[in-house]
Amino acid sequence: MNREQKIIAFCCNWCSYAAADLAGISRLQYPASIRIIRVMCSGMVHPEMVMHALAQGAAGVMIIGCHLGECHYIKGNEMALARAEVITDTLEDLGYASEQFQLTWVSSAEPERLVEAFRNMCGRLAVLQSEQSADHIM
Amino acid sequence: MSDNTMSGAVMVVGGGISGMQAALDLADLGFLVYLVEKTGAIGGAMPQYNKVFPTNDCSMCIIAPKLVECGRHPNITIMTLSQVVDISGQAGDFTIRVRKYPRYVDTSKCIACGQCSAQCPKSVDDSFNSNIAKRKAIYIKYPQAVPLKYQIDPEACLRINQPGACGVCAEICPPGAINFDDQEHDHELRVGAVVMALGFQTFDPSKAKVWGHGIYPNVITSLQFERYLSPNGPTDGILTRPSDGEPVKKIAFLQCIGSRDKNRCNNEYCSSVCCMYAIKEAVMAKEVNPELEVSIFHMDMRTSGKEFDRYYERARSEYGVKFIRSRIHGVEPKGTKGDLRLHYISPQGKQIEEIVDLVVLSVGLETPDSMVKLAETIGIHMTPDRFASISAFMPVHTSRKGIFTCGAFNGPRDIPQSVIGGSAAAASVSSLLASARNTMTKTTPPSIELDVRLQEPRIGVFVCHCGTNIAGVIDVEELTAYAKTLPQVVHVARNLFTCAQDTQDLIVQQIRDNGLNRIVVAACTPRTHEPLFRKTLKSAGINEYLFEMANIRNQNAWVHNQEPETATRKAKDLVKMAVVKVATQTALKPLRIPITPSALIIGGGVAGMTAALNLAKQEFHIHLVEKTSQLGGNALHLFQTWNGEHVPRFLKELSEEVLNNPNIEVFYNSTVVEVAGHVGNFNTTIKTGTNRKQTIEHGATIITTGAKRYIPEEFEYGKIPKVVASIEFDKLHMHNETRVANGKSFVFIQCVGSRNKERPYCSKSCCTHSIQSAIKLKKEVPSRQIYILYREIRTYGQRERIYNQARELGIIFINYELHGPPKISREDTGVLVEVWDHVLHRPLEIKADMVILAAATLASPEAVELANMFKLPLNADGFFQEAHAKLRPMDFNVDGIFVAGLAHYPKPLEESISQALAAAAKAGRLLARKEIALEPNTALVDPERCDGCGLCIDVCPYLTIHLVTYQDDDGSVKKSVTINQALCKGCGICQGTCPKRGITISGFTYNQIEAQIDAALCTELTPEASL
Repeated sequence: MNREQKIIAFCCNWCSYAAADLAGISRLQYPASIRIIRVMCSGMVHPEMVMHALAQGAAGVMIIGCHLGECHYIKGNEMALARAEVITDTLEDLGYASEQFQLTWVSSAEPERLVEAFRNMCGRLAVLQSEQSADHIM
Repeated sequence: MSDNTMSGAVMVVGGGISGMQAALDLADLGFLVYLVEKTGAIGGAMPQYNKVFPTNDCSMCIIAPKLVECGRHPNITIMTLSQVVDISGQAGDFTIRVRKYPRYVDTSKCIACGQCSAQCPKSVDDSFNSNIAKRKAIYIKYPQAVPLKYQIDPEACLRINQPGACGVCAEICPPGAINFDDQEHDHELRVGAVVMALGFQTFDPSKAKVWGHGIYPNVITSLQFERYLSPNGPTDGILTRPSDGEPVKKIAFLQCIGSRDKNRCNNEYCSSVCCMYAIKEAVMAKEVNPELEVSIFHMDMRTSGKEFDRYYERARSEYGVKFIRSRIHGVEPKGTKGDLRLHYISPQGKQIEEIVDLVVLSVGLETPDSMVKLAETIGIHMTPDRFASISAFMPVHTSRKGIFTCGAFNGPRDIPQSVIGGSAAAASVSSLLASARNTMTKTTPPSIELDVRLQEPRIGVFVCHCGTNIAGVIDVEELTAYAKTLPQVVHVARNLFTCAQDTQDLIVQQIRDNGLNRIVVAACTPRTHEPLFRKTLKSAGINEYLFEMANIRNQNAWVHNQEPETATRKAKDLVKMAVVKVATQTALKPLRIPITPSALIIGGGVAGMTAALNLAKQEFHIHLVEKTSQLGGNALHLFQTWNGEHVPRFLKELSEEVLNNPNIEVFYNSTVVEVAGHVGNFNTTIKTGTNRKQTIEHGATIITTGAKRYIPEEFEYGKIPKVVASIEFDKLHMHNETRVANGKSFVFIQCVGSRNKERPYCSKSCCTHSIQSAIKLKKEVPSRQIYILYREIRTYGQRERIYNQARELGIIFINYELHGPPKISREDTGVLVEVWDHVLHRPLEIKADMVILAAATLASPEAVELANMFKLPLNADGFFQEAHAKLRPMDFNVDGIFVAGLAHYPKPLEESISQALAAAAKAGRLLARKEIALEPNTALVDPERCDGCGLCIDVCPYLTIHLVTYQDDDGSVKKSVTINQALCKGCGICQGTCPKRGITISGFTYNQIEAQIDAALCTELTPEASL
């Protein structure tokens, strides 16, 4: 079965979710495989949520917060950054590729940056997928 | 007058955006408002527009929540089909006679089913659609109208014109709402103040035959063009040639139709908005059809507002809109198929003929005769341009005390200026009637809320078309059918605009009829529309937090507009994600905390002082922080306003009044060093001149930190003493210094440091300023040679008069382009100015005795630090970025903080004062509430899971979590944590950290997020995946 590739993107209410709204207002286009889940802060996303998404078949997971130093809650994105390392280590242990997780910073005024991050993620996952299927054939 | 004779009611005349804003602010400031509207529904001109500049928001989408808010506010009484006949009495105690014209439909009975209109045999031109479509004799003004009640046009109705005829509407009306015997009635109302927001009409170009409007079908007005482009317009947003329905390939916009024109009409002024709306219309048309050729024929592109020049540049470079500097004086037919011929002189001096499919006349704004007459009747002065006469220092005060004015009735202006005016008028009324606040208002009893804890979820899903914004991409029918298949969904509906008033009523009805206890709206974004829908839930008697939005517009239809099928699939996922999330949502109660009834105002310039004084008169305490040792700010360098009023005298009086007001405390030589707290209760630390730190408690904050001036690096400034900046020149001029006194030739250079690559914005006041100086120089010694070298002369609005005056006096205006700036060099005792003359097509050499540079206004460098402390955004030019360019021009997304004056964008004094008053209205509206409801999405501890490890305590940025020990039932000592709900901001960093799932944010629980993930990924349940 050729299941639709989907990416879960956790977007914080203040920066990246707002940027995603602005991307719409500016009619920027990006791949439709992105599924945005609004959270109040990137620091709210528990590593278990990332693992859960991958376990349920997400092609990739993104956490997108405000730029460092610009967190609406002072230091939530720093927490997200600290956890990202743990997440990356864990997911490799569990047999996922490190490309399947991405932490990015986008301000509310940077829809282009957000769209670029979405595109890059999709591109990386497409490469990963073609590599994996090649491996599979070999 | 003793205070007890003041009335706590206010009449707002005019239900457009400006009047609506005034009404909403006044009602929340504690006044009973009569909103008097001459047509059958409020909304004014905005509902007719397709999109608004420079954000390209859909006009109906942004105004609909305001319409709804006015319609449901307990302290706003909307009086439609009503006009003021006479005003007697005085400020604080007016008696107003209002004539209510018959609607012939009983509004208490009409259910807006529309059967009457469907059966009505009589069709007439629909003025809402600018006469490009028909409506019936019984009609609603537009589908989202507030109030949503039908009305009969007595001139068109067969029955009213001939008793005994027709009457079919009365026969079929289910509730029997038709009343052909309805009569006009006069009402007398007592109010303390009046706000005149009378609005405008667009110029009728058919009176002058030269443009062929009304003769050639393919000549249309800009308003008609809006209706063609609008998704809720008669053509569903599809543009074709009116003559034959053929596709449009080539459009010409003609600017200044009914503006800047003394020959074909008496509108000498500039209408201020047409340049921008023409660009917007051109861009919108190009967006639909990139092949389209669009030219805008103009004299000057007057894009002087915030982000306007960037919009103009994008239209040119990204969309390929052509801008041709030429005034077209006539349109002729070419052939018989509807083609049109234009003649113009190119910038190279050649005669050019162009054939186009469609000519759009950018019609100006003017005050209708009936409004001029009304102004006469009630005794308020008008300008020669037939707008309300106002002082730049009191920009919302008419000549009659207690009668205020806002919107385009004060002079042609755009939406943000009208919104600012509405709020500014509200602030001015509020300070006048402060003692009568809350004497007439009603408080609504708290609604009884249904307890749904023991009920199974019964979810209702409302899918919004958003005109064609969503429905144009996503298959909404398929989406609706899909939503019906989702677990626990018992009701699904589709609406053209889910945010419209009628839909709110519908949602309430459907919640009741279907026993819904949880709602999903699939529409735009919760960031703008969640508050509106929450209120609707509340009025239906269910907890407002049992609600979720699926963002299928901004994050779906708009970003995947080329892939309708994929977008529809995604929309299904998004709706499912919202449904599973809302299913486990619990009812929440906001925490109410008292507000500190004072404001901190940062910056003691005119904006800061104006806001301070207004709020002090509204009886709030003010802390005014000024970084220098003197009040006045940039206005200390100004001598006169555009209409010649004396600034130093005004400034002296204003400072004195501020210093003598017991409610205002001024801190000189002081800056903000630390910010804590939040809306309602800020704790801001300032450092005073003596290096002492002091913490101020305040409920609201207004930022009026001003701007600074550009020190030119070009044009030999600082090297040749006879080259000076305009502010320096004003001082030399005032003292008649020898360089000025002996000068015979003066050259003004405009846009020095503005509108270039580094600063692609217009400093807005420099054109007017230079022309004023030039006129003064010329009047002093008429033999003086005076040149103004300009890129575009932007004497917008009624300032156009001084531009005309300057030309009549013989001041010479020479246009230059960004790529060919004038050259300056020293010559003998003077200055040699070389510039290319585009009219004469040859280089010009001017020997000048003085060169005056109109230097740019720059953002204050201190804004960065302040923005960081208050967590506010700045735009690319360093000015504070307001929450919404159109409807929230002095607010931020951070609650309780407002901005006014140059800190927001360069602007003339009157606009700074208006914005300061508007900011004061917003701050006052907040402080008058006395208490504030905090978002209840805070952290909750699950005592079953929490083992008191305390990891969350360390990560909480607000120190709201504390360890507690307690004895459980067996007597063993347990550890857990508690949360201070008033301090918790709901960031959820604790939730991201907890190893036991022991702490979670309501509305974003682990279970909810997991359910959303599952719904997003689990495509098996979708119909096509199961195929």
